[in-house]
Amino acid sequence: MLEDDQIQETVIQPAAKWGIIDFAELNQYRDLIFFMIWRGVKVAYAQSVGGIAWAVIQPAIQIIVFSIVFGGLLSLDTEGIPYPLFTTVAVIPWSYMSSAMSTASNSLVTSSGMLGKIYFPRVIYLLAPCIGGLIPFFVSLLLIVAVVLYYQVPPTMQLIYLPLFFFLMILLPFAISLWLASLALRFRDVKIVMTYFMRMLIYTVPVMYASHTITESLRPYFILNPYVGVIEGFRSCLLGQPIYWDSAITSIVVTILLLFSGAIYFRRMERIVVDVI
Amino acid sequence: MQKALEVDQLSKLYRIGSPSYARFNTSNKLLQLLSKPLQNYRKYKSLYVFTKDELSGEKDSPDILWALNNISFNVDPGEVIGLVGANGAGKSTLLKILSRVTPPTKGKCITRGRLSCLLEVGTGFHGELTGRENVYLNGTVLGMRKKEIDKRFDDIIDFSGVGKFVDTPVKRYSSGMNVRLAFSVMAHLDPDILIVDEVLAVGDAEFQRKCLNRMGSVGKSGKTVLFVSHNMAAVTRLCDRGLLIRDGEVISDSSAADVVHQYVTSSGNETSERLWPDINSAPGDDKVRLRSVRVTNSSMMPQSVINGRDTFGMQLTYDVLEEGQVLSPYITLVSETGLDLFSTVDSDNTADKIARKPGRYKSTVWVPGHLLAEGTYYMRVVMRSVKSQYRPFTERDIVVFTVVDESSGDFGTGWWEGRPGGVIRPQLDWATEYIEPEMAMDI
Repeated sequence: MLEDDQIQETVIQPAAKWGIIDFAELNQYRDLIFFMIWRGVKVAYAQSVGGIAWAVIQPAIQIIVFSIVFGGLLSLDTEGIPYPLFTTVAVIPWSYMSSAMSTASNSLVTSSGMLGKIYFPRVIYLLAPCIGGLIPFFVSLLLIVAVVLYYQVPPTMQLIYLPLFFFLMILLPFAISLWLASLALRFRDVKIVMTYFMRMLIYTVPVMYASHTITESLRPYFILNPYVGVIEGFRSCLLGQPIYWDSAITSIVVTILLLFSGAIYFRRMERIVVDVI
Repeated sequence: MQKALEVDQLSKLYRIGSPSYARFNTSNKLLQLLSKPLQNYRKYKSLYVFTKDELSGEKDSPDILWALNNISFNVDPGEVIGLVGANGAGKSTLLKILSRVTPPTKGKCITRGRLSCLLEVGTGFHGELTGRENVYLNGTVLGMRKKEIDKRFDDIIDFSGVGKFVDTPVKRYSSGMNVRLAFSVMAHLDPDILIVDEVLAVGDAEFQRKCLNRMGSVGKSGKTVLFVSHNMAAVTRLCDRGLLIRDGEVISDSSAADVVHQYVTSSGNETSERLWPDINSAPGDDKVRLRSVRVTNSSMMPQSVINGRDTFGMQLTYDVLEEGQVLSPYITLVSETGLDLFSTVDSDNTADKIARKPGRYKSTVWVPGHLLAEGTYYMRVVMRSVKSQYRPFTERDIVVFTVVDESSGDFGTGWWEGRPGGVIRPQLDWATEYIEPEMAMDI
């Protein structure tokens, strides 16, 4: 783990030190992080004929269904944007966030066998699905490229904000799973609620409907959901619309708060989780 | 010199489940149903939250258990220590704390150097991944860097014998191949401190021996090894020092042979001496009853650890209660793998012709030294009649003893610290001569 000439001294004590994530320790385990990511990605598509193509097929089906139901049958108001284009730029980041959040939150439960047998920083269990999920995400970006080319959307200066929302998209599910992962291990209720909750959550974000259809008086509550900022951000950047800074800033603040509080909470909990498996 | 491992007043408290005091009737049940979530919450929370009284050890409530209670010991670099104790004594808890899987409740320990803790074979192995991928995953899980695995990859595959299946998903491996691959990753770790649980020694006998030999060679190479085992012969052979743990406390800290002796003689079920003080509950019937069975050293003292060089005695005492039976007791010695090594029948020539008169009889069978290999042995005692089918008692595994060898050269193993195969260990003469090259016509 360390270089050969150093003697690594480890002190094992009851109380956890207060702190966030031990980045020095994580750095020692960087090879492990790589192989855990590899394992997650490989296992997800193991023994399937489609393999990584599913990363495109799954959201594509969702987009087609949304386009028929909400764009065709219900003709939702999208301010003149063609519905398939409108929903694709939201479905792709949403797919990443929802799957990263549920896999990372359940990661300690699914690896509870390993948890009791060997030590490495437990945050790696959460990091692996969050980083690993980016691989299907990048593949599914092909869909965005396809619709953008098809509808001939010109690139605009708004694209410079895309990295901001990209990082927010990764950090937010990770931050939430810092809270939920150890809770899910201690109270299996979390897992039961989670599958149900994830299906509901999509209705609280503007993936299939447009943000402007939310009335002015409801908007302050609407944007409290940090996922709203990310979805609106992706759509604004990619389609060259003005950015909704109210939701973006709320999302950033909420994410940072969740990240720090979650990291502190996780660090306290990661030590005792083994005793309550 | 700095210690490799310092364990300082280490304690670990577990909650083993709180009893429910609620009375059982309909209204109570309804109430329970409503308050169940709250109760559940308290129950799960109480698994890791302890009151001050419980922590200080002042309050001794029935639902807590000190799995480790104030354990302290130090280990010098290069020492090979055997951790011995019955199931539930706290050995595994200690290993889990040292490997940082679980935190201690009180006290602390310091480890110096790279530590590998092997509690399980193939942690992180995934059936969908290929052998190659699993080697890398398992290696990094155990704390190796990718470049170290790159360097040793060919050795690992060679050692495992997996060969051409290296790019096959391990779910298609036989279970033996799986274990061999996992073990060879472990065998190629290069830690300063190695903590090994004996449950590792899985698989067939050949593979177990390979594991133990590997452990022995790690110990020889100057590494610090902490070895948990129920195999007393292995502890005696591999370890310099032993720690006996009982009920979460270190009972004894001494040479491996002493600790093994203390453990084997102190444990309840496995004993080298079995007595039946009450004649009515003794094995047998109203004609003959077994009263005691013991293993003794050459001066007739009961002893559970026998030096492989020494003669020892197997002794039984029985009471004949009724005249007229021609009795012939015999003893079968059984190895730890359940193999019957030999049976020895009372060779008193008069016994097969004349019935023994009522009274107490004591028979001792002398077993010469340099006969048995190191290991654990069980005695089966049978009383039978010479001519008829009459068998008043057959007592299996009633007495257990361990044959040890300190590899000091004057034994069948020579100076070899490993464990050669075989259930007997005669010391035979070897004559080896050097043949001059010009004379070396024949081979």
